[in-house]
Amino acid sequence: MDKRSDTLMTSFALNGAQVQLDAIPGQRLSQALRDGLGCRDVKVGCNAGDCGACTVLLDGDPVCACLVPAQQAAGRRVETLSGLVARDKDAQNLATAFQHHQAAQCGICTPGMMVSAVALLRAVPRPDESQVMDALGGVLCRCTGYRKIVTAVREAHAAAAMVPAGTGLGSPARRLDGAAKVDGSARFGDDVAPAGALVARAIRSPYPAASFVLGDVRAWQDAHPGVHCVLTAADVPGENAFGVIPGFIDQPVFAVSHVRFRGEAIACVVGEARAMARLDLESFPVEWTPQKTVATVAEALAPDAPQLFSDREGNVMCGGLVQCGDADGALGRAAHIVETQITTSFVEHAYIEPEAGFAEMVEGRLHVHACTQAPGMDREALAGILALDRGAIRVVPTAVGGGFGSKIDLSLQPFIALAAMRTGRPVRMTYDRGESLRSTTKRHPAEISLKLGATAEGRISGMTFDGDFNTGAYASWGPTVANRVPVHASGPYRIADYRARSRAVHTHCPPSGAFRGFGVPQSAIAQETAFDLMAEKLGLDPLEFRLRNALRDGVPTVCGQVFEQGVGIAACLDALRPAWEAAKAECATFNAGGHGRRLRGVGLASAWYGCGNTSLPNPSTIKAGVRRDGRIVLHQGAMDIGQGADTVIPQIFAAAIGLCVEDLVIAGADTDITPDAGKTSASRQTFVSGNAARLAGEALRGAILRQVNAGPAADIALEGGAVLVTEGARRERLEPSRLEPDAEGYVLRAEETYDPPVAPMDRNGQGAPYAQFGYAAQLAVVEVDVPLGLARPLRFVAAHDVGRAINPLLVEGQVEGGIAQGLGMALMEEYLPGRTENLHDYLIPTIGDVPPVETLILEVPDAHGPYGAKGLGEHVLIPTAPAIFNAIYHATGARVTHAPATPARLRAALKEAGHA
Amino acid sequence: MSYLAATELQEALALAGRGGVHFIAGGTDWFPAQAERPFAGDLLDISRIAGLRGLSRQEGHWRIGATTTWTDILRADLPPAFAGLKTAAREVGSVQIQNTGTVAGNICNASPAADGVPPLLALDARVELTAQDGRRVLPLGAFITGPRQTLRREGELVTAILVPDPASGARSSFVKLGARRYLVISICMVAVTAEVTGGLLRDPRIGVGAASPVAMRLPSLEARLEGMPPAEAAASLRAGDFDALSPIDDVRATAGYRREAVIELLRRALGEIGDG
Repeated sequence: MDKRSDTLMTSFALNGAQVQLDAIPGQRLSQALRDGLGCRDVKVGCNAGDCGACTVLLDGDPVCACLVPAQQAAGRRVETLSGLVARDKDAQNLATAFQHHQAAQCGICTPGMMVSAVALLRAVPRPDESQVMDALGGVLCRCTGYRKIVTAVREAHAAAAMVPAGTGLGSPARRLDGAAKVDGSARFGDDVAPAGALVARAIRSPYPAASFVLGDVRAWQDAHPGVHCVLTAADVPGENAFGVIPGFIDQPVFAVSHVRFRGEAIACVVGEARAMARLDLESFPVEWTPQKTVATVAEALAPDAPQLFSDREGNVMCGGLVQCGDADGALGRAAHIVETQITTSFVEHAYIEPEAGFAEMVEGRLHVHACTQAPGMDREALAGILALDRGAIRVVPTAVGGGFGSKIDLSLQPFIALAAMRTGRPVRMTYDRGESLRSTTKRHPAEISLKLGATAEGRISGMTFDGDFNTGAYASWGPTVANRVPVHASGPYRIADYRARSRAVHTHCPPSGAFRGFGVPQSAIAQETAFDLMAEKLGLDPLEFRLRNALRDGVPTVCGQVFEQGVGIAACLDALRPAWEAAKAECATFNAGGHGRRLRGVGLASAWYGCGNTSLPNPSTIKAGVRRDGRIVLHQGAMDIGQGADTVIPQIFAAAIGLCVEDLVIAGADTDITPDAGKTSASRQTFVSGNAARLAGEALRGAILRQVNAGPAADIALEGGAVLVTEGARRERLEPSRLEPDAEGYVLRAEETYDPPVAPMDRNGQGAPYAQFGYAAQLAVVEVDVPLGLARPLRFVAAHDVGRAINPLLVEGQVEGGIAQGLGMALMEEYLPGRTENLHDYLIPTIGDVPPVETLILEVPDAHGPYGAKGLGEHVLIPTAPAIFNAIYHATGARVTHAPATPARLRAALKEAGHA
Repeated sequence: MSYLAATELQEALALAGRGGVHFIAGGTDWFPAQAERPFAGDLLDISRIAGLRGLSRQEGHWRIGATTTWTDILRADLPPAFAGLKTAAREVGSVQIQNTGTVAGNICNASPAADGVPPLLALDARVELTAQDGRRVLPLGAFITGPRQTLRREGELVTAILVPDPASGARSSFVKLGARRYLVISICMVAVTAEVTGGLLRDPRIGVGAASPVAMRLPSLEARLEGMPPAEAAASLRAGDFDALSPIDDVRATAGYRREAVIELLRRALGEIGDG
């Protein structure tokens, strides 16, 4: 008998309970579970089986729920993460192990990982590494670099013996927000809209450059019952523009008459969910006239190139310059010269959570719930677009399923905000994967020419750097890239005679914006690979050459900035030396052993990165208070996008006030609740917000101690609604319930702001752009399959100077995740507009691609950092790609000059180097 | 607009005979192709049809039912000649894809990069198509006519893939080349089936994927390698042996790279055959 689902309900066992579903033909099980049955623990990352986030067990076997017709579940057993964690011992062990090893960072892939792992553990209780990889190979993670996931799954059987570490400063504490990530209860952008919310979908350009004319939109809307409104540029009450840098607010919410990149929005359709699901956006009435397109820097700079902006002549948006000494003169005097040209590609952030959220009007105010790295900036930008006071807008960030820079910029917020204001109803929106890829920012492709000189003794004698960065159609963070690159392009070295120029050039490509490192990963490829070529010319060991030129305390940077303390690059390089020597010997042995056409090499690269904004104010504010019930509330507004601010900031605050993190109630992030802790970018949260937390902790501690006239060394503890203060033999009991609360309910409070001390740079880039730098050196051991041009990293050793590791496990997580992204950038990641708009053509590393990473944590304290801590988030991927390329060169003599080194490119380079 | 879940083949064929229905089994190609577009057609789910799933030995051949998944292939007890197909099964997408994706679906989807096609070509597989008015069997090489194109007619359902009984000493291998470890569309891949008798290749059959619009056998090369020791065969390969291929430049690799890589992949596949 055939069954027609339009007449029959689908019934099945969901997490042990019988359920019924009324699914429409063609509906995915993932959507049916989420929308029909409230299973928000089933995450959707791609709707194509490319990411595995939606993995559920179907009759015990892991499947991508996005590829299963909902009706196929009929009569079967479906298990999701939340159900498994509630009842299944393997899942419970995994939950403990994932927390213990911090195998979840942002948490968006965690359900897919854990569900896949449950199926594995049922069959193989103590799997080895390759079994874990085979079982989890279908789930992508963009944060962790997978190594801690492998460990957690392998160790899950021993979960009962996992004792939580302490939570004090310097302890590898479990994430304070970790439980929700491993039991499926964390709520991300697409998980929070109320039932019955309207749905918004954007109409986007299929062309990179085109003019357009809207047709009869009103008639089209009328022909589609359930569509409530169509928003266009005419509906924007304020400025139809957004951006992130003053003077460069240039991206329209809705293009007006022409578009500058494929994927640019021209309208937004808002309607009932059912109607929107049936809507064919292709039928939207618009007439396009494609125009001549420039896709590369070279095309954009051509004399006859179409101009993207009338006031940005030659398509050059802006540039940057740092120069000191006499670069040309020093190069003229140099005993040795190395010149290199490097090309890099668009890189996509590829967080597994596409942009999502909802907006609603609440008592006359606009509430926007969405995934974001920058709630304060979102609110400010929305105020301008919507012509509202900032106070009329509340931004409530959801859990963020990865950001890496792109979720600093606005994406869907203006659409849902306008729609909620227009309709008066909650409006939700979720980008599909293609839309996310097409319309959000990318890492800048770079064309870099570098010339490096050295004396016969191996001292650098002059360096010039010219970098053109494809900044795409709109400014986004392009000016920041242009600024940062010349400051950092020297690497952490003493270069007295230096000139670095950068240009950001417009093309009809997606806007290039912030992506972990702001252009420095690109410049480091050029500089660090050139350093290896120079070391070779000098007959010097690459490590020795770097150490010989490394910055030290008291030695000026290329900006003329002198750090009298805290310069940690030499410590990093020294720490790598044993691994470096061992790896060189291993590779020599392997290559002498005759392994067919496989060759191994080891490569090294350094990095430095200035924490915080470049020569600009960059404050964070943290607030805390004592309630009448004796609880201490920490208003923590530094966005945790997986990196761990929700754990690090409380750890710092607790240390400063003299309590445990367990004593704290943590509130936020929420613009109504938390003061602005700035954006999560520029490796600034531990440093800047951490300092604000330290100051707030110290201030609140001072307020408490003053109440009982205790001295600064007194101990504080919470007990039964009171604050106990112990000073020597003296014990005081402060009863907050006896104090008068303020309007917020606090009897004592502190709110402190920290802004790093920086100074402007002059026209030659001389000044004090950053209050602190963090330092790193990594080595990669790589095996090259010569006939096929395949490079496979075998292991990494990463030495990172973090000043003070507030939470060493979080440090490792950042390092491993950054290395995985650097590996992707080096070997496989290349976004081609119109061609790689999905996660099977745009490749990021899988669990089988990331080898073991050994992290060496160095603590060269920084005078400005909280307890000496330095930023880390971006440093972690900067040295990875050049280390890999140097390893390939060491193994084979092949020079990679175009990232990524795809098999075809590497094979071509190998042939050029003389390999048959 | 309806969802039809057939449980008997005749029901499915009757529904298919009305025309315009979309078949769905594992869904691993159907959903990505449908993407985010609304679906307004009729979907015919063949995954519950009795007897359509699983492998069985029949007179003169092995029968791979149309809804047999890649995981079913991996779990089946099969002769050594199927080793290449098993390797391919392990390399298709991910465990999730292998658990629902079907071998027949892989063939009907007719991607030039379908991992299942080269090993099945090297096994001389045939495709059984059934309609209300009868049944026909086509060689796999003839069934797929171009990217996303097959000889399947409206109303016809692929009901099985038939693999003739391999010779008793036949071995096979499959080598896939991709830019990452898992979940990767092949840059190209090579499958070989052959007997090795007295250290010499007998009846070598070579399937190459993602180096031409349709994965193909290389009959003249097969003839040239007949009777050679595997290592010597591997060493003898030259570019001219692969003239029949017509690889293209795409996001995964250049045509020139593919031409070279295929030679190396075949060397390795022959090496595995030689190693037994």
